[in-house]
Amino acid sequence: MPSTAPVLPAALRACLPVAFGYVPLGVAFGLLLVDSGQPWWLAPLMGAVVYAGSAQFLAIGLLAAHAPLPDIFIATLLLNLRHVFFGFSMLARVPARGWRRLYLIFGLTDETWSLLSAAAPPAGVRRDAYDLAVTALDHAAWVGGCTLGAVAGGVLDVDTRGLDFALTALFLVLAVEQWHALHEPWPFLLAAAAGLLALALAPPAQFLLVALAFTLSGLLAVRRLRGWTPAT
Amino acid sequence: MDAGYLIGAVAVMAVATFLTRAAPFWLLRGQAERAWLRYLGRYLPAAVLTVLVFYCLRGVAPVAPRYGLPEAAGVLATVVLHRWRRQALLSIGGGTAVHIALLHGLGGA
Repeated sequence: MPSTAPVLPAALRACLPVAFGYVPLGVAFGLLLVDSGQPWWLAPLMGAVVYAGSAQFLAIGLLAAHAPLPDIFIATLLLNLRHVFFGFSMLARVPARGWRRLYLIFGLTDETWSLLSAAAPPAGVRRDAYDLAVTALDHAAWVGGCTLGAVAGGVLDVDTRGLDFALTALFLVLAVEQWHALHEPWPFLLAAAAGLLALALAPPAQFLLVALAFTLSGLLAVRRLRGWTPAT
Repeated sequence: MDAGYLIGAVAVMAVATFLTRAAPFWLLRGQAERAWLRYLGRYLPAAVLTVLVFYCLRGVAPVAPRYGLPEAAGVLATVVLHRWRRQALLSIGGGTAVHIALLHGLGGA
């Protein structure tokens, strides 16, 4: 066995900001789900096998209205369509086959994607084990939050307002890291323009999907204009 | 509400979500070395992270009672801390602390 730096402490450090965001959000979800009349076990089950925050919040209303399953399927598919964009930068990063491949793809939330694709593992930490640990820890934080909200949400009366800013700060920090890595301002400016355009044009519920579609089109247009080819 | 319906709903949600996450991996399997995908691998993370920051802040408006100050100060603190020390946990913890302090300190609903 080659000597390697311990994976778990490195992954824990990386995941801590995500946990600050996921636990309060999961608690809010579990609380609302139970308040809407559903059994408590639905929250951990959904957190564990669906693992998609916005779709789970949407489902609270759909389930309360006893929406037909095909409607729930379509609504979830449309809401999560943005995930398609995340895979583009992860193709070479996930293993070629096996349960690890399936689990990494399953666990590719916005936040896990940002941790894995925007930052390299700390020096000496094995990438495959690190990727798996980060995915599993984020997943555990989400399921933990959902469960806590469903079983203890009524008793917990902690003011968590503002804690979800940790996710905003996480994305900011990773964007600054990208700035250091690229030394090129245009992808940031292009994305900011796409964001402003989507704010102006898209209904709030579709903001992310529309902004990401503009961003991808813009990036591909720039490549066509500048004729970019890989350096190696 | 009957458990069969709930489990069915969870199942269709799980399948729909997994399909959205797996689609690019299935459609582009074995193509990771293509030039346009390597180009996206280089520039997409920076651009998408910028969009995600927009997404997090999209609901913020410069109106009473807080005029968006907790968000603005939190963003500023996070970026300044990160340019200074480049320690992710410090930047995220500090930025979030500034945000929460102003959120509670400035009052209002």
